[in-house]
Amino acid sequence: MARIKEMLPALALIAVLIAAWWGAVAATHSVIFPTPWDVVTGTLELLENGTLWRHIAASLLRVGAGFGLAVCVAVPLGLWMGWVAGAYRTLNPIFQILRPISPIAWIPIAILWFGVGDASPIYLIFISSVFPMVVQTTAGVHTIEKRYLRAAENFGVSRRTLFRQVVIPAVLPQVIVGMRIGLGVAWLVVVAAEMIALHSGLGYMIMDARNAGNRYDLVIAGMIIIGLIGLSLDSTMRILEGTRWARWRYAH
Amino acid sequence: MRTKIEVRALKKSFESDKGPLPVVEDVSLTVRDGEFIALVGPSGCGKSTLMNMMAGFIQPDAGSIIIDGMLRTRPDSRGILISQQGSVFPWLTVRENLMFGLNGHALPDKRAIADHYADIVGLKGFEDSYAHELSGGMLKRTELARALVVKPEILFMDEPFSALDALMSLRMRNELLRILAKERHTTLLITHDVEEAIHLADRVVVLSPRPTRIQAVFDVPIQHPRRLSSREAQELRVTILSELGVAREELGS
Repeated sequence: MARIKEMLPALALIAVLIAAWWGAVAATHSVIFPTPWDVVTGTLELLENGTLWRHIAASLLRVGAGFGLAVCVAVPLGLWMGWVAGAYRTLNPIFQILRPISPIAWIPIAILWFGVGDASPIYLIFISSVFPMVVQTTAGVHTIEKRYLRAAENFGVSRRTLFRQVVIPAVLPQVIVGMRIGLGVAWLVVVAAEMIALHSGLGYMIMDARNAGNRYDLVIAGMIIIGLIGLSLDSTMRILEGTRWARWRYAH
Repeated sequence: MRTKIEVRALKKSFESDKGPLPVVEDVSLTVRDGEFIALVGPSGCGKSTLMNMMAGFIQPDAGSIIIDGMLRTRPDSRGILISQQGSVFPWLTVRENLMFGLNGHALPDKRAIADHYADIVGLKGFEDSYAHELSGGMLKRTELARALVVKPEILFMDEPFSALDALMSLRMRNELLRILAKERHTTLLITHDVEEAIHLADRVVVLSPRPTRIQAVFDVPIQHPRRLSSREAQELRVTILSELGVAREELGS
């Protein structure tokens, strides 16, 4: 009940915006811009013929593959760079140059290397989400408080115990933050990548709706669905932040 | 009694913008096996540096630390340092913290040993709690228990109770004495609290302002349990405080 009360202002604002949108379309007698109701019927149409689920699944699979690959590379690499000063000094400058390059700029090269199949968007998602996760993981290792490392040194534990019981758990909250950022970027990039050369996915769905007869109701339906899925992906990562592996960091 | 720790002509400087800054200058000290030594001195005098060298975390510029006849060059679990900020791992439970330093035991044994020490320091029922669920006093108990679990020959304690309120600090002192009566560890305690030193120690070493030297050493010839309000204890307190440069009239006694 209290939660609903908290959400009330936001819900009210959304209602006001939809009303304003509707009013504006009605007042201008636009023939091309859809009303909210057009968007609803458009969405139902997509649901009925099954294309919506197909596009959502395609986008999620690409994000899953690219992001999963990025996690597998970024976490060990970040741990290594955080722990070994030489690795950090060697790799960090290169990453700092590559990181600000927009994933969109990689599109021509992705097509050149991987063609127009699924590999291109997966590569773009990988490229866009790997860097924030490497940076966060490395920073996580660098910010482990010295007192904990000293305590571990004092007890003379094995390297294995040091990593399993001190380094990894100390870094985990930062890794999860990196994953949250990475997944957010990945979801942004998949839509852009799908607009270029593919024949499935929510990005393609939006471009196709525009090209095949100016179906702006479907364009807006696609946008809203992208927003809602992005929100639920982020909420999932937030749940990870609340688990026992990360909770100690935020509880005081 | 046998000599446990022998500190010989220890020196340490740190680099600063204005050249080397001497922090510890020519400290020599012999600690007997099972003895409780309190180190008192003005803040910033280099007490912590001295203790860090004895625990093996910092290498001295000159001089040596001999423990059981062997030169100490690096930290190990025979001498556990309990620092002021504390280092209980917040991502592990109390039990996991206590099990941390136990090598070469089977898991059920580790659990049993950990739970035994949790009981000794009065943490029974909190074995599955995390640091953020504990009070300051309980954190200190966890830290102490984690050190005791590995049966260290030496406890190095750097102002362990200074962050606690007066009542909790007093309670922790009594706990410590109770535990030490059972498991006789050689103990070095840094404190700025002269009463704490008199309450706990066999000998009180007064250190000078930086660069630190040993200025005076006092025996505490009072039987445990000690009453701090006793004449002897009060006189010793005044003597040590005046050695630290606190004038008698400032003491209000």
